[in-house]
Amino acid sequence: MNNNIEAWEGFESGIWKREINVRSFIKHNYTPYDGDSSFLESPTQDTLDLWEQVMDLTKKEREAGGVLDMDTKIISTITSHGPGYLDKDKEKIVGFQTDKPFKRALMPYGGIRMAEKACKDNGYELDPEVKEFFTTHRKTHNAGVFDAYTPEMRACRSSHIITGLPDAYGRGRIIGDYRRVALYGVDMLIEDKTAQKITTRSAMYSEVIRDREELSEQIRALEDLKKMAMSYGYDISGPAKNTAEAIQWLYFGYLAAVKEQNGAAMSLGRTSTFLDIYAERDLKNGTFTEKQIQEMVDHFIMKLRLIKFARTPEYNALFSGDPQWVTESIGGVAIDGRHLVTKMSYRYLHTLENLGPAPEPNLTVLWSTRLPDNFKRFCAKLSIETSSIQYENDDMMRFTHGDDYAIACCVSSMRVGLEMQFFGARANLAKCLLYAINGGVDEISGKQIAPEYRPITSEYLDYDEVMAKYDEMMKWLAGVYVNTLNIIHYMHDKYCYEKIQMALHDKKVTRWFATGIAGLSVVADSLSAIKYAKVKTIRNEAGIVVDYEVEGDFPKYGNDDDRVDNIAYDIVHRFMEHVRKNHTYRNSIPTTSILTITSNVVYGKNTGSTPDGRKKGEPFAPGANPMHRRDTHGAVASLSTVSKLPFKDAQDGISNTFSIIPGALGKDDQIFAGDIEIDLDCSNGACSTPTLFEGLDNDEE
Amino acid sequence: MIYGRIHSTESFGTVDGPGIRYVVFLQGCPMRCLYCHNPDTWEINAGRQVTADEIIDEYLKNLPFYRSGGITVTGGEPLMQTEFVTELFKKAKQHGIHTCIDTSGVTYNPTNTAYAGKLDELLSYTDLVMLDIKHIDSQKHKALTGKDNANILSFARHLDDKGIEIWIRHIIVEGITDDPHDLIKLGEFIGTLRHLRALDVLPYHTMGVPKYKELGIRYPLEGVKALPARDAVKAKGHILEGIRKVRKH
Repeated sequence: MNNNIEAWEGFESGIWKREINVRSFIKHNYTPYDGDSSFLESPTQDTLDLWEQVMDLTKKEREAGGVLDMDTKIISTITSHGPGYLDKDKEKIVGFQTDKPFKRALMPYGGIRMAEKACKDNGYELDPEVKEFFTTHRKTHNAGVFDAYTPEMRACRSSHIITGLPDAYGRGRIIGDYRRVALYGVDMLIEDKTAQKITTRSAMYSEVIRDREELSEQIRALEDLKKMAMSYGYDISGPAKNTAEAIQWLYFGYLAAVKEQNGAAMSLGRTSTFLDIYAERDLKNGTFTEKQIQEMVDHFIMKLRLIKFARTPEYNALFSGDPQWVTESIGGVAIDGRHLVTKMSYRYLHTLENLGPAPEPNLTVLWSTRLPDNFKRFCAKLSIETSSIQYENDDMMRFTHGDDYAIACCVSSMRVGLEMQFFGARANLAKCLLYAINGGVDEISGKQIAPEYRPITSEYLDYDEVMAKYDEMMKWLAGVYVNTLNIIHYMHDKYCYEKIQMALHDKKVTRWFATGIAGLSVVADSLSAIKYAKVKTIRNEAGIVVDYEVEGDFPKYGNDDDRVDNIAYDIVHRFMEHVRKNHTYRNSIPTTSILTITSNVVYGKNTGSTPDGRKKGEPFAPGANPMHRRDTHGAVASLSTVSKLPFKDAQDGISNTFSIIPGALGKDDQIFAGDIEIDLDCSNGACSTPTLFEGLDNDEE
Repeated sequence: MIYGRIHSTESFGTVDGPGIRYVVFLQGCPMRCLYCHNPDTWEINAGRQVTADEIIDEYLKNLPFYRSGGITVTGGEPLMQTEFVTELFKKAKQHGIHTCIDTSGVTYNPTNTAYAGKLDELLSYTDLVMLDIKHIDSQKHKALTGKDNANILSFARHLDDKGIEIWIRHIIVEGITDDPHDLIKLGEFIGTLRHLRALDVLPYHTMGVPKYKELGIRYPLEGVKALPARDAVKAKGHILEGIRKVRKH
């Protein structure tokens, strides 16, 4: 690689100059920031004008029933659409997915039926030629999957014991290292990919052939990326020279990805501290002022808020809304012990004040006890004001993923550019328990879905008998689940390959095979009820258990009670062990997540009554949460229960959706008076030395 | 082994003393305050039995949460179980845990020397007392709680003499405890406590009402509305006014 690049003037050297390695660049060049938020700038008039325009379009979109405009003819690719603008003269950062804002693109590679339905449900009609083409001449991911599915897999799918599979839509959850575009420029990335292609093995077996084909696709995508940027008037073949270019280059990389893929989560990565290096250099050189830099960031975040996809109402029901999961990971601590908070971390979060609160991009703070106090305070203040920040435990994830990982979707952590994941939706472990009791017969449809294992015939459930059968049933479920995912990801790679995202990865990529489980707290409480109370079965005329009566009380998950918490731990571990017994596609490493943040309602709807007393159709708790109102010992006990789950088995993430009323977080300082007020005047010597209450301080945090 | 009778525990207490606290609700109370929101803690022989070690274990298990907090005993009236609380606090202090009693002070009786001795032992393990003075006027105190306040006020003085840090809590109920004259008088009294560290004005709320229905007890303040925050702020102003009066000269 060429080391004497003008754009790199003033940057400290490191491995990053010899190989594509953004982490090395950050490590050698970033400036940790310990100060407070007082340097931040308010929005410019241009920002306010643009945002008003966005709010106006948002209103129109709502009035139009959720979609303002949709492409029904042009297949979206990196270069399919000409440039689009809100107001060209005011936008400091440019680029939309189609030729105008709020117009959703047509992306049929995941599945033509889903694309067609997305049009139809929103009042549009798919161009018949496109439909014909993607039905007869060009196969989609969805068509490929259904060619390979076994009858058993189809049955599991329709009985909802496996739910939300990415077999008809884009899998998402892959994060391209969009920073590479800014740091190196596209030509250097093409050069690198070309070298990778030259060094593949020369014996041609399927893996090598696939690698070569994929690398060719990646190089073509990079060429397209340059063309797309050029249509906006930017030549991004070389490295970015300043903050404005760095943000723009990076955004073009991300934009190419969301032009190409309608994935279930299209996350951004970990970009703020990277960009801060450019901002620091520009501030020092007087290239830009703080006001200008904040304006660029505001416009960048505004663009991220306008990422939109064409989706169906069912899809939106599963994910509760129309989420894009443009997750950006902020903060965290480096391996060398320095925290990774920079001024740019503040600027990103400050957009919640400059533009107002918003769910996207999903600003995620990688929390560590070692983050600077000022930053912690700033986050807490913004959380209270906007409820728009997500927090994740950096101290836990850093151990596995180092200090340059990012979150895809809501909890999935991966090293940026080095790791990707195969998104695997979820297996319904609560329904699996019912299958164990009913010998594989679905409690709602009455159909035989799982193998005909011997059902439980006794009136009262016996813990050991249920556990033995449940373990067998989990083993079966893990097998069919993993193999279903093997098909899905094989076909996704084949028919809906993420060209530009994978072009922004190393050649050697670690792939996580991300399974997921739903209904954990239902299972834990059910097994606890069977063990510590008496659970009576209620059968229908066909002899299938359709309801349960619980006699007596039992320890409930969410109260820091080991009797039931150990059951939850055991279930997660057992299920993962069963998953690990199976072959996983492309040598991927199996993990699991416990993270149904929203779809717990849908899973509950499709699951019969459970032995914990939950009735048919009632929602599960989200993620690893305790069941609603069953945690009765306060937040710490509830959180402690969840924290006992084994992260080594559920490394793809454990989520706990937690809401708390402000009054429960501490005293209202309007009506609580600490020392300061009471000791107004101690001139008579009657009072002791005034000391500020430490407790008050902490309450504010 | 000394057992305590507890109603329940709260692992995330943020309003009963400094920091995040493990709060133990003890069973049993001799008072019958009209606005009591925990009538389910009145009965002395109800609840479940625990040992001090069990509580300490629960606390230590989640220590990282409680770095700036500690243990608060409330109730009920925790001083009804002085021996148990002494045992609990003694062990807590061995682990360096901050200890706090939330009490009405009603059990204090300077003429009962045997009890006073026990109480002083407990106070030697106590970092903070949150003393809930229900009313500064003894007559009105009696109408509100069934007991007069003479011993309670001497308890406050006793705590101050012992050098124990004090928070004063005061619940504001419209028409009962919101008379500015009384509030100023309260301020004048607590202003003379040298170890007063905070004033915690609590606006009356109605969240305890459903418990009365469950227990089949008539709710004495039926129809009295929850106090708006701005009225609590006003009440705080009056009490502070009283404090300033005695501290200015």
